[in-house]
Amino acid sequence: MESAILLETQDLEKNYTLKKKTLFGKKAEVLQAVNKVSLAIHQGETLGIVGESGCGKSTFARLITRLIAPSGGKVFFDQKEITAMAQPEVRSLRKDIQMIFQDPYASLDPRKRVLAILTEPLEIHGIKTAKERRELAYEMLEKVGLQREHASRFPHEFSGGQCQRINIARALILRPRLVICDEPVSALDVSIQAQVLNLLLDLQEEFHLTYVFISHDLNVVRYFCDRIAVMYKGEIVESGDAETIYQAPVHDYTKKLLQAIPKSIESNEE
Amino acid sequence: MSDDSNLLSVKDLSIDFLQEKTAVRAVDQVSFDVKKGEVLGIVGESGSGKSVTVTSILKLLPENARYTEGSISFKSEELLSMKEKQLRKLRGNEISMIFQDPMTSLNPVFTVENQLVEAIRLHAKLSRKKARQEAIRLLQIVGIQEPEKRIKLYPHEFSGGMRQRVMIAMAISSSPSLLIADEPTTALDVTVQKQIIDLLKELQQKINTSIIFITHDLEVVADLADRLLIMYGGQIVESGPAKTIFANPLHPYTRLLIEAIPHGNKKSGRLPTIEGNVPSLSEIPQDVCRFKERIPWIPDQAHEINPKLREVEPEHFVRCTCYKHFWMKEAHEKK
Repeated sequence: MESAILLETQDLEKNYTLKKKTLFGKKAEVLQAVNKVSLAIHQGETLGIVGESGCGKSTFARLITRLIAPSGGKVFFDQKEITAMAQPEVRSLRKDIQMIFQDPYASLDPRKRVLAILTEPLEIHGIKTAKERRELAYEMLEKVGLQREHASRFPHEFSGGQCQRINIARALILRPRLVICDEPVSALDVSIQAQVLNLLLDLQEEFHLTYVFISHDLNVVRYFCDRIAVMYKGEIVESGDAETIYQAPVHDYTKKLLQAIPKSIESNEE
Repeated sequence: MSDDSNLLSVKDLSIDFLQEKTAVRAVDQVSFDVKKGEVLGIVGESGSGKSVTVTSILKLLPENARYTEGSISFKSEELLSMKEKQLRKLRGNEISMIFQDPMTSLNPVFTVENQLVEAIRLHAKLSRKKARQEAIRLLQIVGIQEPEKRIKLYPHEFSGGMRQRVMIAMAISSSPSLLIADEPTTALDVTVQKQIIDLLKELQQKINTSIIFITHDLEVVADLADRLLIMYGGQIVESGPAKTIFANPLHPYTRLLIEAIPHGNKKSGRLPTIEGNVPSLSEIPQDVCRFKERIPWIPDQAHEINPKLREVEPEHFVRCTCYKHFWMKEAHEKK
């Protein structure tokens, strides 16, 4: 039996107007960053969104978190239409939907200690007392494979992989239901990438998380996701079960993406 | 066989960085050769010393770096004793380099034409007009459509892949005998990465340039490199023909690097990882196997003291004896 739908988009659109200078003055050009995207994400599953830079996958992530407003279409989270929500409601929505970003360093405030970084989201939402918040932060640090002692350090004292662990701890401290991972491992070395992927899988089991996993690396997406949606020029060109798409891609663009993966190791093993 | 077939020959190179009062060894006794027309892949994670090794070839290291030992000879000339003036003739001319970040390696306030023409005229006595024609020809070689139009654009009007192509065009403008590519595709999408690698392969065949390709991802160099060096903690831990290493990876580090790349779905279990972190240079254990701490389930006796690189089959070198006793720990097993 399939689990309930957690997030659903209906004909979601985002257009940007570009002003282009021509010989005869300015001309407006419309760029459709996200074009009529309808997707459903079920509770507890991992949906991978694949495509190259500029295909609209990050814009899509920002639309479903309501960091930006859509030009058209609707987004439902837990059957509530979030595209129609007023600001105070959106704020409480942030507790349920969190994000992890690509650049592990740039997404941490360099002037704050780890403890302050981790307790800030709790403070913003007025959860618990200061002491309880600290305890939660320590607990979360251990959950992501770091130690209590790390709480008093600054982000620059950590490696890229460790910083990404801190980012994950910060995202999960509010106990969100949906986590959007925007290329969370593409800035990391391969062995660190494996550590972070394993951690995300462990945490998913522990907290029953639903992930939207954005990446351009099909090997990683095949490993990590249950379903894949392939995005090209703002549209979903193919979607379905991850393994099926990997084994038998239908759309030309998906085939092209798959061919681009370096495959020599695999073929040597066989 | 004489040494003439070696374009570049690095012998026992050691480089120290002076930090306050102590010296920290970043590169330890590294030796390798690059033959004419050959592609050498250097693989390792951040902190392995791979970038320091190649930047040292051009003598572009920061001021606190010291060459403590060894020699680097290029076309039978010693680079380490060469004067700055002579070196400047080599750089960008005989040896050129492409960097990881195509976004920041180009000057944002000048057009592509400006920068390409400058690079061309630096090394060849050409008129501005001739240099411009040459620039257009180079852009065509690296696969930029409508080069006559595109050449007038600024770097920000180019995509990441196109910028990296411009960097490659600039690097090959002097028909160098050696091209050093330091993670040239890490910042790019997979499809663009494939195009850039295909392009490098094509250039290598067309103009017979030797290439040193640095990456942290073994798969990227899989079908490009002729030979591989795997580096960890400033040392070479395994080296040999790429085909041999992919068919028979021996050192635990190489094997873990290969296994860490996902090749299945999550039903196949958690990915094998390398425990712990890459140690900082000052923390690297000396006189023992440097990888020891990352594979704590392998008993101490498996490692040797002062591990040496040994030839285990023709041209295939491995450091330390621990590879004989190494087994892959179950990935999903938890501590």
